Amino acid sequence: MKSLSEIETTVKRASKAAGYSWGVSEETGKSIRLLELFSLPGIKHLNEYFNQKNKSKFENLNLISENNSSSNNPYCPITLGVSFLDQINVLENLKKIEFKNVAYPIIFISFISRSSEIIGKKINVKIDEKKMLLNLNVNIFSNFIDQEFPKIANTIEVNLLENEDNFTDKEWNNLYKLSEETFVEESDSLKEGAAGAGLTDND
Amino acid sequence: MKVELRDPNKIMKLSRLGSFHQSKLSFLRSFLNEFKEWEYKRDLFNLNENGFGEAVYSFKKNKRVYSLVCFANEIKDEERSDRVIATKWDAAFTLHDGVPKKKDIERLKNEVPKQEVGRLSYKELTLSRANKSVRIYNHVVESLSKGQQPDLNLLSKVGYLYRTTAVYGSGKFGLADRFRIKNREEINGPFRLEMMLVYLVRQFTFDQVNHVAYHKNPKTAVKLDDDICKNLGIGNSTGLGMAPFIVNHPTLLNNWILSREKALKKIREIKDVESQDSDLFIDCVKKSLKNITSWNTDSEYQQTKITSLLKDVEKFLNFINKDFNFEIEYPFNKIYQWLEDNTCEECIEYIVSIMMEPYNNIVNPLVKEMSSDEEKYFNIPTHRKVEELRNIIEEKYPNILDINFEEKENNKNFWFISKNKEEPRLADRFEEHGSELEQPLAIARDIKKLYEKLLVSKNSLTIAEFLTSNSELRHVVRRAFIVEKFPYSEIQDNTIGKDLMPIDMLRLKLSFFGALKFDPRSDKWLRICMFQGAPLPNELKSYDEQWVYKTNI
Repeated sequence: MKSLSEIETTVKRASKAAGYSWGVSEETGKSIRLLELFSLPGIKHLNEYFNQKNKSKFENLNLISENNSSSNNPYCPITLGVSFLDQINVLENLKKIEFKNVAYPIIFISFISRSSEIIGKKINVKIDEKKMLLNLNVNIFSNFIDQEFPKIANTIEVNLLENEDNFTDKEWNNLYKLSEETFVEESDSLKEGAAGAGLTDND
Repeated sequence: MKVELRDPNKIMKLSRLGSFHQSKLSFLRSFLNEFKEWEYKRDLFNLNENGFGEAVYSFKKNKRVYSLVCFANEIKDEERSDRVIATKWDAAFTLHDGVPKKKDIERLKNEVPKQEVGRLSYKELTLSRANKSVRIYNHVVESLSKGQQPDLNLLSKVGYLYRTTAVYGSGKFGLADRFRIKNREEINGPFRLEMMLVYLVRQFTFDQVNHVAYHKNPKTAVKLDDDICKNLGIGNSTGLGMAPFIVNHPTLLNNWILSREKALKKIREIKDVESQDSDLFIDCVKKSLKNITSWNTDSEYQQTKITSLLKDVEKFLNFINKDFNFEIEYPFNKIYQWLEDNTCEECIEYIVSIMMEPYNNIVNPLVKEMSSDEEKYFNIPTHRKVEELRNIIEEKYPNILDINFEEKENNKNFWFISKNKEEPRLADRFEEHGSELEQPLAIARDIKKLYEKLLVSKNSLTIAEFLTSNSELRHVVRRAFIVEKFPYSEIQDNTIGKDLMPIDMLRLKLSFFGALKFDPRSDKWLRICMFQGAPLPNELKSYDEQWVYKTNI
């Protein structure tokens, strides 16, 4: 088994050899390492992408907006990913961002996952009909983990989620009530000796 | 009195970093301190009469066990090489996490001797190999087999029986990634498991010579005297492979240097020094003279440095004896100022190291600050502005900005990874091919390029916007934001100029390891000695902390 350190170093060097700058190659190394840590096919898709890159053209999107579409060639997932990562503080103000025609979307996903940690918000991603929930770069949930990841995504929809509970008030209150059963009723004499008791707050 | 931390623009120059010496902060000393309460055991010693076979040594505490698995192999003299291109070694080692089962040892027997072309697993933590110092090894075996102890004069010329030629860790060749074990308290210090491996290898070398000498002549053989063992260490041959490490791990480098600087600052701020502390300090300086006079090297470069060091340390002792009174206020501050005014860089850093000896209360907490969670500082704060980045560079890299990289001599070398061995190398860009594949280690040149770009960019641009058209500078943008927070994270020197002495970079790292007797064999590789004078494993529970200044050979 390859260690994550070997994966990161080799991806960094391979990305440089594929034509990216050292700085972008470092980012790619980190991102693919993350995918492999989460048991997602980072190496496999990067390998296929670099093979394709020699034969086909891919578009570089440097400035991301609400709707991004490449009508001719698919977007390069690395340039797109680095742009997303760099611009996340601005993109955070948008609720939904859409990308049309993205090559090897799983590579792009790794950069979005890292962005989720930077802004401290969960991110929902829909790749055509497939869904992923990126949880602050701690894990990635998906409804198609056992299926082959697409090589081209027609549409990627990115939703930045507000920090909200994913349970109801009722569910919380029920649980809280149960937790109260570990508390002990205080006697009057104990209350008199508690912090702040017996003093005036105007002293 | 408040003493300022020393200026990174002075301390992070290569000539100063290349003058660093071991100290109480060094990893081999903090390793011994951490593991002194652990139970040491030789679990397996299955060598034939010629000393070839397997052995296992372990440290154990509660349920945690670290086991060194050793494989001693027969090789021909012509196969023995310290160079990284070697494919066979006298012995190969791995540190296994836990107690190795029989099938683990079988698996490791197949892989460990192959080193870089073998595959290890997440159950192994470090990997190494070593070659005999043949003349010393043979002499020791011969003497012991005849019932005599070896010639100390000969031993003092080398100082070890074996020298390692590489020690690998952190995920190399399938070894466990650092993240798997980083929360273990006992290894909360850099290179602790690498130090454990080297320390246990040292014991293996003693056991092996005793074993071979006994089988050579069971009737007359004696064991190598414990005092002699103690005064032998483990050698190490180190080349350029180590140099890029300190460039590639900026926050870690910062934490090493910052700990040293904090220790010095706190010691200089001590108003009244207890007499027992000043006595210990002076005693260590005096006893350390032996380390200087027994420091053998054929390198003219190092000989010159040793001569100045010896002269300046003697001058310092003279000053302390005749003109100095420890009863004044802030005596160590006065000493430091005197050193800066009167001695060479090598001597300043030598005495700075020894100043730490009396102060466990200052040093020990700093040992825990010497690791780094590098991932935390990887992301570039792209919301910040061009103006801020320019200000950071002007403040943090003032001398770098003065270098003219248009001049050939400042842009002479390039770092690359050799195809043969995947190891870093340095070459003249005007004479060798391959500079288009240069590694991103010319930080000074690239910082200057970045600065020049920033000068013609709008102040109000965000870094994200700047990077859309300056991707080739991304790696140094990241570094500049790191140095903003970590002042000692960057070498403030040109790592590609004609005057570069790469061994300064090796020396810096090795001093933090705790190496002694740097012996440059060229400007690109050197030999060192580790653990010379260190307590033996069965002495760890109670040992003299200043052992490093008390070697007898």
